[in-house]
Amino acid sequence: MDILKILTFAFITLFAVMAANFGLDWAYSIHAFIIALCAFYMFIRSVRQVGEPIAVTSTGYQDDVVRAGVIATSFWGLAGFLVGVYIAFQLAFPALNLDLPFTTFGRLRPLHTSAVIFAFGGNALIATSFYIVQRTSGARLWGGNLCWFVFWGYQLFIVLAATGYLLGATQSKEYAEPEWYVDIWLTLVWVAYLAVFLGTLIKRKEPHIYVANWFFLAFIVTVAMLHIVNNLSMPVSIFGSKSVQLFSGVQDALTQWWYGHNAVGFFLTAGFLGMMYYFVPKQANKPVFSYKLSIIHFWSLIFLYIWAGPHHLHYTALPDWAQTLGMVFSIMLWMPSWGGMINGLMTLNGAWDKLRTDPVLKMMVISLAFYGMSTFEGPVMSIKVVNSLSHYTDWTIGHVHSGALGWNGMITFAALYYLTPRLWNRDSLYSLSMVNWHFWLATIGIIFYAASMWVTGIMEGLMWREVDAQGFLVNSFADTVAAKFPMYVVRGTGGLMYLAGAIIMCVNLWLTATGAGERKHTSNTASAVPAE
Amino acid sequence: MDTYSILREFADSWALLAMMAFFIGAILLLFRPGAKQQHIDAANIPFNEEQYKDSSTSNKRSKSNKKLEV
Amino acid sequence: MSFLKNHKKVERNATLLMVLSLGVVSIGGIVEIAPLFYLENTIEKVEGMRPYTPLELEGRNIYIREGCYTCHSQMIRPLRDEVERYGHYSLAVESVYDHPFQWGSKRTGPDLARVGARYSDEWHVDHLADPRSVVPESIMPTYGFLLNNKLKPEESKALLIANSRVGVPYTEEMIENAEADFKVQVDPDGDWEEMVARYPKAQVRNFDGQDELTEMDALVAYLQMLGTLVDFSTFQPEISR
Repeated sequence: MDILKILTFAFITLFAVMAANFGLDWAYSIHAFIIALCAFYMFIRSVRQVGEPIAVTSTGYQDDVVRAGVIATSFWGLAGFLVGVYIAFQLAFPALNLDLPFTTFGRLRPLHTSAVIFAFGGNALIATSFYIVQRTSGARLWGGNLCWFVFWGYQLFIVLAATGYLLGATQSKEYAEPEWYVDIWLTLVWVAYLAVFLGTLIKRKEPHIYVANWFFLAFIVTVAMLHIVNNLSMPVSIFGSKSVQLFSGVQDALTQWWYGHNAVGFFLTAGFLGMMYYFVPKQANKPVFSYKLSIIHFWSLIFLYIWAGPHHLHYTALPDWAQTLGMVFSIMLWMPSWGGMINGLMTLNGAWDKLRTDPVLKMMVISLAFYGMSTFEGPVMSIKVVNSLSHYTDWTIGHVHSGALGWNGMITFAALYYLTPRLWNRDSLYSLSMVNWHFWLATIGIIFYAASMWVTGIMEGLMWREVDAQGFLVNSFADTVAAKFPMYVVRGTGGLMYLAGAIIMCVNLWLTATGAGERKHTSNTASAVPAE
Repeated sequence: MDTYSILREFADSWALLAMMAFFIGAILLLFRPGAKQQHIDAANIPFNEEQYKDSSTSNKRSKSNKKLEV
Repeated sequence: MSFLKNHKKVERNATLLMVLSLGVVSIGGIVEIAPLFYLENTIEKVEGMRPYTPLELEGRNIYIREGCYTCHSQMIRPLRDEVERYGHYSLAVESVYDHPFQWGSKRTGPDLARVGARYSDEWHVDHLADPRSVVPESIMPTYGFLLNNKLKPEESKALLIANSRVGVPYTEEMIENAEADFKVQVDPDGDWEEMVARYPKAQVRNFDGQDELTEMDALVAYLQMLGTLVDFSTFQPEISR
């Protein structure tokens, strides 16, 4: 068994070095080199471990991987927000593109979206799902070290994706930009993730499957399906990063937005609702308002979301019936979304007084409020007449960010504040007033962001379509670009505030984990670096 | 009839009906008699954590957990 | 009453829950996407569409690599102002050889679906190298480095083969001549007649004005052909589709 492991890593190293040598483009060669380094490290590690007795720790919960996930979430969050702020200012001050190929908006924008959605959001989902599934099942994570493969495999995916964008390896499908070999790797990691999650559920001691796990399971399965179908492609050469998509034109467009919208629906909504259904009741110390509603919420949400993709393609060359179908289902989505929001908020019924003393709970409430707001805005924007104005404008960007910063960001921050003291065995957070600072910086930052994008979005939409009495267009495109400048500065400022809040959070979490200001816990065994 | 029309007709008739039936079925099941206690149990799962801590033997927990009932 | 007992199974059986939710989520995709592949009138019947020339295809790759789609759409909607500003609304058939599609989702810059032949090559080169020298309000990054990046025409054949494998009708002849066609498109003094016969309406010019074959040549060649292929005199709009 040891020999097999060592040989496998040796072969991967060898093949990756050869691939790096034969690589047709920089992105491919550098990626092959990164893979070679990882495989070589694993090779050395396996050789050194030969004959060592395998330490079996099968009791208690597997929390090391969750701790690692908390650290990764915080780190990638900072990285993603920082790139976001930078590209926001690039749009106001184009000199920030630096005249270099690697730092242009076109290459940094996928870096930003992937960093926040997949690196920050994805790590948050993996970490919290591992935490929640163990505690709601009464079982340790299934599969031994497989969870570590999921964690490190996912980090490798992030590094390959991010370096690929900078070096120009992209298949240009939004939120699915990584090239074919990165997609294959993610598929492997994702199957392992599903196995760990499902394995834990199957060996649970709790007779019921808690609703949070329903959402997580639907998220994992659906994302697997979406990822595979949307990334079907033909590599130009096995020694190059370039590939061509299997589908073309209108079919590719619908496949992409079926994927794109459900990346929002299942990655950023279903998965995060799983977090919500665990952490809100825990923080409020009350069971969820209505368990029945949560199950209706589940089925109706996964039913309706999957249809909503075509609203990204209103008035395009997509057939009208598909557009109409997408619009109808998008409007219907309003109901389950608000059902979920109400369920979360009503959980606090009788505990509203806690909001005054508990800034973490306050964060959960504001995240639900933003969830409600953006799931109302979404259906409105999917109505064709509204969409004819809003599409292609900054309004869409504002909408996405009120959801991503408000809902996903805030619920993740709340989860991190919840998890850190518990995972590192501390009595409480280092500072609640820092949480308060974070809360206000983030909230005001989002308002700056969303408001400025409403203004520019509606303004440019109206300027584009403005015609004079003779029926001629009034504004040149360049006029609309110039008019947006002040709002772009406001947007960047909002982003900066949000980033500042996240930095305060990381300091607070770090001081909490290391036990600063806490003398009594000197005998604590937990460490900030996860043991492997 | 061409393939497209057959598919379209199936999509907006039987497929839609089947989905509707599944959905209504799922909701009806929720409101069936005798489900209340189950839902109370399920809603309290997050608060059973302590029960399972460090337990390597299989201990079936008691049927209902009253301490945090809604 | 066995129906009622089954609910417990769903709630307690993780695999069943997974299968059921997978079933539910696949339906939407299958019903919406699958018909498009059988839809006779999804793709309009017009004359003029042809696969990209090897040079245009390389230019398209550069367009993708630089993330142009993050700010530029290639999809003109049938709305009055858009038709006025950008030209005839886009047809599905115009992206039929686009693997992947480049419709985009955001117009930080203008739509490019019909940018071909609207500006001179010199304008494009100047604009890409320093956008603010021709459009003072522009916030586009500079792409002067394209003028220094040499192209590798020998890799073109593999690209055509990959495209033909996913259904683009490149003929044996086109694939065999990929490298030669690639080079001759920037050489008005060369033997380009055969290339133009293979790819009707292909534009043969030294696009970037430099002696070397650079990425700027390819990108400008791509931009200059966008939206120029379809002969709209042969287009009959369908009442419903």
